Amino acid sequence: MSAPRPVLLAGGRIVDPSQQLDAIGDVLVEDGKVTRAGGKIAGPEGARRVDCSGKVVSPGFVDVHCHLREPGREDVETIASGARAAAAGGFTAVCAMPNTDPVTDNQAAVGFIIRQAQLAGAARVYPIGAISVGQRGEAMAEMGEMIGAGAVAVSDDGKPVVSAHLMRTTLEYARNFGIPVADHCEEPTLAAGGAMNEGIVSARLGLKGIPGEAEEIMVIRDILLARLTGGHVHLCHMSTRGSVELIRWGKDRGINVTAEVCPHHLHLTEEAVGQYNTNAKMNPPLRTAADVEALQQAVKDGTIDVIATDHAPHHYDEKEREFADAPNGIVGLETALAVVNTALVASRIISVHDLVNRMSVLPARIFHLPGGTLRAGAPADVTVFDPAEAWTVDATRFRTKGRNSPWSGRELTGRVHLTLVRGAVAHELAG
Amino acid sequence: MTTPLGKDLVGLEHLSRAQIQLLLDTAEPFKEISERAIKKVPTLRGKTIVNLFFEASTRTRVSFEFAEKRLSADTVNVAASGSSVSKGETLVDTARNLEAMRIDMVVIRHGSSGAARFLGERIESNVINAGDGTHEHPTQGLLDMLTLRDNLRRLDGIRVCICGDVLHSRVARSNIWGLRTMGAEVAVCGPRSLLPSAIGEMGVTVFDRIEQAIEWADALNILRLQLERMSAGYIPSLREYNRVFGVTLERLDRAPRELLILHPGPMNRGVEIDSNVADGPHSVILDQVTNGVAVRMAVLYLLAGGRADLAEAAQRAGDDR
Repeated sequence: MSAPRPVLLAGGRIVDPSQQLDAIGDVLVEDGKVTRAGGKIAGPEGARRVDCSGKVVSPGFVDVHCHLREPGREDVETIASGARAAAAGGFTAVCAMPNTDPVTDNQAAVGFIIRQAQLAGAARVYPIGAISVGQRGEAMAEMGEMIGAGAVAVSDDGKPVVSAHLMRTTLEYARNFGIPVADHCEEPTLAAGGAMNEGIVSARLGLKGIPGEAEEIMVIRDILLARLTGGHVHLCHMSTRGSVELIRWGKDRGINVTAEVCPHHLHLTEEAVGQYNTNAKMNPPLRTAADVEALQQAVKDGTIDVIATDHAPHHYDEKEREFADAPNGIVGLETALAVVNTALVASRIISVHDLVNRMSVLPARIFHLPGGTLRAGAPADVTVFDPAEAWTVDATRFRTKGRNSPWSGRELTGRVHLTLVRGAVAHELAG
Repeated sequence: MTTPLGKDLVGLEHLSRAQIQLLLDTAEPFKEISERAIKKVPTLRGKTIVNLFFEASTRTRVSFEFAEKRLSADTVNVAASGSSVSKGETLVDTARNLEAMRIDMVVIRHGSSGAARFLGERIESNVINAGDGTHEHPTQGLLDMLTLRDNLRRLDGIRVCICGDVLHSRVARSNIWGLRTMGAEVAVCGPRSLLPSAIGEMGVTVFDRIEQAIEWADALNILRLQLERMSAGYIPSLREYNRVFGVTLERLDRAPRELLILHPGPMNRGVEIDSNVADGPHSVILDQVTNGVAVRMAVLYLLAGGRADLAEAAQRAGDDR
């Protein structure tokens, strides 16, 4: 690949929490790297000048939790379509969960994802390896070899690690490699058969509910196991006020716990299920207004470290079913910025600076990934977005193959205009 | 076609007091048709109705079928077993195929909550919910209310306690919404493990002891206890259930007033209800079954576009034959 033409991102508001930068200025990208950020820059000969006035120029977003479905369900998403969707959403790097078919639980499977991502171009894709062989929750998968092949973390996401012993030994073993262990917190006997949050809406609709306690029991277990082992536990898709309180408890004691929240849990409540809307069905489910408020505050005060999409495409006719039988999950890569911006920035709960911190700087730092900074010499993974632009979501125009979005037809504020990966244009909004 | 009820009847939760009143009042003249030697009026002649039953049902299916036939509709029964459904066809494909044969109405019984609404949103035919999962069973709620009104002469202000497995009961939900809309006071009584955890937000009183319910109520609607609840760990045993929550004659004898006993059937005699209560003077259980046909005739009639004030005329048309 020849080096892309230099790009001068001119006159935007540069927001880079990694160097406490928030000022109007120019960013120069050359040879796939950021060469300067800030101040007025005279572009070199032949550079493409992009007018970024009125827009935010930030380090590219990093999603530590998405499902790209390849191998196994290429009809629903491929690594290529997922990487393009990521770029369209301003993500320059995403971490792919291992619940593929076959499961990403060995070095060859990890290598396959790396190769497919290289062929795809667009956003970087980092594999996450399975904790257990076949995600069966029994024998530990070959973590060292998977990391050697390019995995950046381990997780059995989609399934909880039921055995506390396995979780313990995984946290211990992961210390040797310095990677996070990402857990899907769900006590399976409490959650069994559940289709949505347990509460008045599930009672009215006659759907089996999943109480928040099903998550919280595993959250505190994992925090205690992190205390026991000194390992780094990363808690996926937190959805309840109780979880926030437990994470705060753990962090106050210096336990090595980090946590993520998804855009939908910051924006929608169980009421979005309405009359059995399967595009509002995911696991963990949408909760109550009190939970949403607690999660928003947790993003503000740092109890929740990062925002991750849990992007989960499904074929349209899999969602066109009776609610209890429809699969869990919604697509999120192409709406994440807009949803977070609408729910948290437009409502003045957090600043754009905080948003960039939790969608770019901290995810990169926690998962030890390149990116998340515009420092000179850093890879030129850059996102340009307009935090004030309102647009109407149209799922039929997504780059992802999934159409399962609860926001389709809704107006959101905040739009990605340009995404550079390694200095090359991975996405540019037309017009 | 828009009717005073809308296109479909999927539940009682979103019906107004006027709509429920209309349904109950429309059922009144239809009662008499079933008492005739020739139990048939031509009201729905030429209408095609599919009874689409994904769950086993005798009472509800037969009741709907009688209602349809007594209104002269052409009916087809489709049971999930023995149809393409058992070959993996989706609900929406099944429905679209039926509709492609040009039908007018679908009566659906399905194990998934929301299935009736799902169907109604996807086909043009009128859809009547004959029970969807643990969501609603609106015609059961209506026939319960008609039976209560027959016996207590009003619904406004009466006290009805729904006893048993409210958590898994579509009958309970339809009763709660319908009765509350009509101004009745509603309570529930049963093992807390078989009540929705959000029961406190459903506008009902909760009694922990059946004795309290009996002291309070004008009528008890006793739900069937699904026998698998024991193996699923919700209750210790059927024997204990009867001892603690069973409606027995001994308990009824201590009631401060005459109680009406309703049960949607099929009964587990000796579990939630003792035989001498089911067969005793308080029981209106068979009246419920009789009223079920009239209520379903009213639902079919109104959704087919019939006007309430013409229901009596429809009845008289039968006389002219």
